[in-house]
Amino acid sequence: MAGARGTMISSGMFETFRARAEAVSGEVHRVASDAAAADFLAGFLESEGVADRPGSRAVCAATPGLAGVRPEQLAAKIPGLTLDVDRKSAAESRVGISAVDFGLADTGTVVQDASSVPLRLVSTLPEIHVALLRTGAILPDLEALLPRLDPSRSPYLSFITGPSRTADIERVLTIGVHGPVRLVVLCVDGPAAAAEGAPS
Amino acid sequence: MTGTFRREISDALANPNLGGALTRFSEAYRTSRAKAYEGVDFESLRARIAEIKGGAAGRYPELVARFREQAEKRGAKVFLADGPEKVRAYILDLAKRSGVKKVVKSKSMASEEIHLNKALQEAGVDVRETDLGEWIIQLAGQKPSHMVMPAIHLTKEEVAGIFSKEVHERVSSEIPRLVKVARHELRERFLEADMGISGANIAVAETGSLVIVTNEGNARLVTTLPRIHVAIVGLEKLVPAFSDIVPILKALPRSATSQLLTSYVSIITGAAENTDGSPKELHIVLMDHRRSEMAGDPVFKEALQCIRCASCLNVCPVYRLVGGHVFGDVYTGGIGTILTAWTGALERSKEIQGLCIQCGSCVEVCPGKIDIPELIVEVRRRQVKEQGQPFVQKAIFKVVNDRRLFHGVLRAASLAQKPFEKDGLIRHLPMFLSGLAEHRSLPAVAEVPFRDEVRGIAQPKGDRKVAFYAGCLIDFAYPGTGRSVVEVLNRAGVEVVFPDAQTCCGAPARYSGAYDVAAQNAIDNIRAFDGLEVEAIVSACPTCTAALKHEFIAALRSEGRSDWLAKAQALAEKAVDFSSYVTRLVAEGRLTIPEGKALAAVTYHDSCHLKRTLHVTKEPRELLAKAGLPLVEMDEADMCCGMGGSYSVKFPEISAPILGRKLANVRKTGAGTVAMDCPGCLMQIRGGLDKESSPIGVRHLADLLAERLGGR
Repeated sequence: MAGARGTMISSGMFETFRARAEAVSGEVHRVASDAAAADFLAGFLESEGVADRPGSRAVCAATPGLAGVRPEQLAAKIPGLTLDVDRKSAAESRVGISAVDFGLADTGTVVQDASSVPLRLVSTLPEIHVALLRTGAILPDLEALLPRLDPSRSPYLSFITGPSRTADIERVLTIGVHGPVRLVVLCVDGPAAAAEGAPS
Repeated sequence: MTGTFRREISDALANPNLGGALTRFSEAYRTSRAKAYEGVDFESLRARIAEIKGGAAGRYPELVARFREQAEKRGAKVFLADGPEKVRAYILDLAKRSGVKKVVKSKSMASEEIHLNKALQEAGVDVRETDLGEWIIQLAGQKPSHMVMPAIHLTKEEVAGIFSKEVHERVSSEIPRLVKVARHELRERFLEADMGISGANIAVAETGSLVIVTNEGNARLVTTLPRIHVAIVGLEKLVPAFSDIVPILKALPRSATSQLLTSYVSIITGAAENTDGSPKELHIVLMDHRRSEMAGDPVFKEALQCIRCASCLNVCPVYRLVGGHVFGDVYTGGIGTILTAWTGALERSKEIQGLCIQCGSCVEVCPGKIDIPELIVEVRRRQVKEQGQPFVQKAIFKVVNDRRLFHGVLRAASLAQKPFEKDGLIRHLPMFLSGLAEHRSLPAVAEVPFRDEVRGIAQPKGDRKVAFYAGCLIDFAYPGTGRSVVEVLNRAGVEVVFPDAQTCCGAPARYSGAYDVAAQNAIDNIRAFDGLEVEAIVSACPTCTAALKHEFIAALRSEGRSDWLAKAQALAEKAVDFSSYVTRLVAEGRLTIPEGKALAAVTYHDSCHLKRTLHVTKEPRELLAKAGLPLVEMDEADMCCGMGGSYSVKFPEISAPILGRKLANVRKTGAGTVAMDCPGCLMQIRGGLDKESSPIGVRHLADLLAERLGGR
């Protein structure tokens, strides 16, 4: 019973998360399984014209827990996708992929322990940041998140809400200043959320 | 005030881009801010922030020690600097030692406060601002004109001109194109810099964490790519616990940019990894620069509750006309005035403190719960205390402080003005006073002041008795309104007594920082009302009511006249504004206002002190409804009319456009009458409408009610 209820809350939470993230120009997708996530990524990279030349490459921070996606399998399939993240590869890439740890429904935010440098490089330098998020890791808000953060173990925590933006010239909202021009959040239903059935 | 400052004001007012941009912004801000706060209990949120930051301000030494211990345990170097020189020296020395040639900076007001860029450049270090607005003003060689949007005063064409010079090609003025130029130009700078300098929005003592809130993503690059990161953090950024970041992160984006959360929040705790795998060299400079001194000051400690959202600028009727280059120094607007007095140039602070019109709009929105106008008056008070009052002001208050002399002068003025008077308004003044009447007509001083007239009013001996505090304007300019007050109260069977010894409420003196005069006014009035057997002291002027209820006590306390405090308190308890008292009589069933049929529409102007000091907004509207007067709300009904007591005399050039906007909002409603509770607003608004020969009636609520009750 508790499980069923948890699933329901999570579904409502996902919808709120999606609505809030989209309200700040974030893009949100949801897939039912790890396999579907890998397929989505492959399709996405292809449709974005990722290829093995400067400016068209993709980088993936292959940290553990990448929502079950096997990055090396993906890299083998997609020319131009590298797991070797450094300043140069990230700066030359059009797409950066990384896993995030939590979502916050009420603001459409993703939260990441970004202490590992590749995680920051792939989410700052490329024009598109694809963030992989377990659907079940979406929490209601900052209050719910706080007890799960431990700054003493995470020297660099990042909250990301939509793409980079500015309104510094005549107050006109413009997307994409120094950070990514697009933020694509891929919510992957894990084993816990799979019981819920087909995702929307 | 210097001539240069006057010129700065008139130049700003004459700049259509500035006024246009700021006004459009402040209009949009009102709505977008409200939307961002939907579903949030703002009052409890800001009470929490005030508690956290106010509490922290009382224990900086302890929080600094804890912060240092925690951050250093995690590989950071923490340096406590007492002033700007030490901060600059530390950073310059570090740059020299580490062979730093290129610096990228994300937005830091603390670094602006100490003019760090200049020092770095003089030492031969190439320093780049990377926040778009900051970069623009760096290239233009200017100061930020807004704490959150530093380049809000510039148009896209001006920005295109500035960028064209920088990149040596003609840049189009399309905004997305301009943003691309910044992205492209600065990308290389991020990658090649040896040092990144940032500020921080919060510093957590418990964990040694820095919290940095941005939208552009530049702070993430500044703190990630260069091998050295220096964070300059004012002590006021310290909070005790990690959980304290929650209310601040909720309020700051909502108040600053009407966002639920900014695009990026970075929490940095100790030295993270560099891109080559080495640990980051992280230096955190905790800057005191008089913050400890402020924390020890019983009045100014409150200013340390500021979270630098700049909402006090966004709602300010003066800021939106003149902008931050006039109204501010490094820090701008209301809070900027206070911070300039403590951390900026003394001369500048003397000039800008006068710009606050004391309308209190900022008090309503401040997420740090800071009474900004009150602190600005305290800045004035201390400056007056140190240097004395300006000569003319001193001469005037000498008169005001002697009731008989003051009232004698007013009576004499009634005769002297005769040649200029027509229909109770003065349209032309002799040359030397013309600045005062250029944009509005002034009321003539009444031939028979209310204090004389009241003796001739036959009143019922009722079972209820109140005292009437008229205030100078009703007494000497609008005695008719005084008559209306008495008529309405009489109709409810309430007898009205008028103590003759009552005098000026002290507001003009207080707002000029002359607290000794204000305190003497308070004592004279307390004496005048002392021992009266009345249930209430009613005033039809909200500024006077606010004085009776709050400011007598404040002035006496500030002047150390605690011997009068008990009596001032008793007076305060009895003081009530006209609308609230009449509402009470209606609720008790003692007064029935005959409901007129098919009456012409009325619009209502909320006076600053009535709404924001006395918190009265419903009562006058309900009374209008009871009288059957259909109410059409105007835009920004609670925005200041530009009167501000003597403000309209000191800054007629600012008062006039504020009034102009109020009049436009009144006209837009199509109402035939604008009602209000304040004789000061009435003087301003009636004067403005008269000047443009408008047929719109301007009425004090007491007059409207007396008329409905059939008195006249």
